[in-house]
Amino acid sequence: MRFLRAISILLTLAVIAAVGFLLIGWRSEIPPDNQAANAQYPPDLVAKGAQLAAVGNCIACHTEPGQEAFAGGLPVPTPFGTLYSTNITPDPETGIGRWSEAAFVRAMREGVDREGNHLYPAFPYDHFTWVTGEDNKALYAFLMTREPVKATAPANDLVFPLQFRPLLVGWNLLFLREGGMQPDTSQSEEWNRGRYLAEGLGHCGACHTPRNAFGAEDRNHHFGGGEAEGWQAYAINASSHSPVPWTVDSIAFYLRNGWHELHGVSRGPMAEVTGNLGLLPDSDIRAIATYVASVMGEPSPERKEKGERLTRSFGNGGANITTAALDENKASADLSGHPGAAIYGAACATCHESGRPQPYGGLNFALSTAVNAPNPQNIVNVVMFGLPPGDGQPSAVMPAFGNTLNDRQVADLLGYLRARFSDQPAWTGLTDLVAKTRSGEYPVTVLASDGIERAPKNVGAKE
Amino acid sequence: MTITLNVNGQNHQVDAEPDTPLLYVLRDDLELNAAKYGCGLGQCGACTIMIDGKAALSCVTPLLVAEGREITTVEGLGTIENPGPIQQAFIEKQSAQCGYCIAGMMMSAAALLKHNPKPSDDDIRSALRTNLCRCGTHMRIMAAIKRASELMEQAAVPAATNRSAG
Ligand code: FES
Ligand code: FES
Repeated sequence: MRFLRAISILLTLAVIAAVGFLLIGWRSEIPPDNQAANAQYPPDLVAKGAQLAAVGNCIACHTEPGQEAFAGGLPVPTPFGTLYSTNITPDPETGIGRWSEAAFVRAMREGVDREGNHLYPAFPYDHFTWVTGEDNKALYAFLMTREPVKATAPANDLVFPLQFRPLLVGWNLLFLREGGMQPDTSQSEEWNRGRYLAEGLGHCGACHTPRNAFGAEDRNHHFGGGEAEGWQAYAINASSHSPVPWTVDSIAFYLRNGWHELHGVSRGPMAEVTGNLGLLPDSDIRAIATYVASVMGEPSPERKEKGERLTRSFGNGGANITTAALDENKASADLSGHPGAAIYGAACATCHESGRPQPYGGLNFALSTAVNAPNPQNIVNVVMFGLPPGDGQPSAVMPAFGNTLNDRQVADLLGYLRARFSDQPAWTGLTDLVAKTRSGEYPVTVLASDGIERAPKNVGAKE
Repeated sequence: MTITLNVNGQNHQVDAEPDTPLLYVLRDDLELNAAKYGCGLGQCGACTIMIDGKAALSCVTPLLVAEGREITTVEGLGTIENPGPIQQAFIEKQSAQCGYCIAGMMMSAAALLKHNPKPSDDDIRSALRTNLCRCGTHMRIMAAIKRASELMEQAAVPAATNRSAG
């Protein structure tokens, strides 16, 4: 009896909780606006929206590789199952063609669609909530003037009970700060502009901040390094592993050009980001750089000293590179008998010690964040899949070595790079990691290194 | 060091340093001159061969990783008297201008056709995107690969018909 009573109490509580969620979480439908897609929008507003959409990198998630832009359908793997991005072209039936501006703004600020359904936070509304009404207006005008495409995304495939969208109310209570943060008056206007772009539409933290068990960003480790599409998004705070500490100038150059002589080229999902940022005025890029550099803070005297030494050797467009420079970081222990040494000599050194300037020459590994990072995934990816060339324009390129080297050989090579070019402890479990990356058990998205358009096909691990 | 290389189905003993690029061994020691030296940096594709049936760049392949694996070069696709379907197709479509890139193109094509016997234009472009041709014969190379796919299919069909007839 007592058992039955306990069960019935529990059930009642569950029902009350569910009803409660439904009530708090209930959002009304915003009536369809059948004229929205046919309305006229001033060209300068649309142009501004295009720039903002580039900051938001909307196209990356809302486009299937090789398919129509913004038509959605891209699978987004999460620890909770697979989500499919939605169609944000102005198609009335399958896209947002009947969304009024109010409905669009609500989605951006609260993560609720026109019909009142809660959206999943893979759509980073916890960042987009910062976006001002004025900027939303421009974004809306830009999207509503795209080519409408009829396309319905496959149904999401989530673990129970996450299909039940009102649960997201709980998530929002915990993790959504509607409207973002007020400007910090103790900081410059440029810094505040940078924070607005980086924390808001730019949603840097969505990849660069680690996530907690609820899939929300861990605020205690802001910009502490995360993961995206099979790539490590490096720490961009005080724990950055970049051998040469970043500065406002170097970040701005990197974001503008997709490479920097002391840091190498952007790749993986970051290639899309830098590719897209090409649309932004210098002032905005500089603002983002100012903010991110301030989050990184002043490097320690040792890091600074090492950075200066490396800059003397490798900076200045490669003009200073000498044999001595190329031997930079050569570990005191003799590595010539290392199983990775011969592989490095024939497969890597010809480019990576050529001293030819970035972005077309190989980066000297003494400068490589990948070799110094705690997790080797990025350098595994680059060795296996290379950097596919961009379409119809000059771009960085690196051959893929997945067909040349077996798992053990890749592991040997990476062990050698780590021993020779970093003072960090050896990586463990390399062979296994390489095997999982090769088999596709650990999926990796491979993108052309120009990054503006997704490669026509994901030349990924599953091939 | 001495290692045994299996090239086009034949074993060879080679005496060379482990970090010698495989391309040098193929050309200088084994006198298999199909694979070409273009850039030596893995950027042009002229040196493409197959390792275990997959396209690889022999200029950046250290000799030691080739041990115990099946290497295929254009010499393994057919002979002058008896060209294989890919070679036949490149001749029919007259795809070579100076010809320097063609051996690499053929090997990338061979690797593609192995796992994708009827490739689309997009498939071909993406599989051969790292093979450069400075003469600009790309359209003829595309045509030759499509033709090779037909020739290979035709070569496979009679056998199948016989089987069903028998
Ligand atoms: S010679 Fe090997 S890729 Fe150019
Ligand atoms: S035919 Fe001359 S390089 Fe291709």
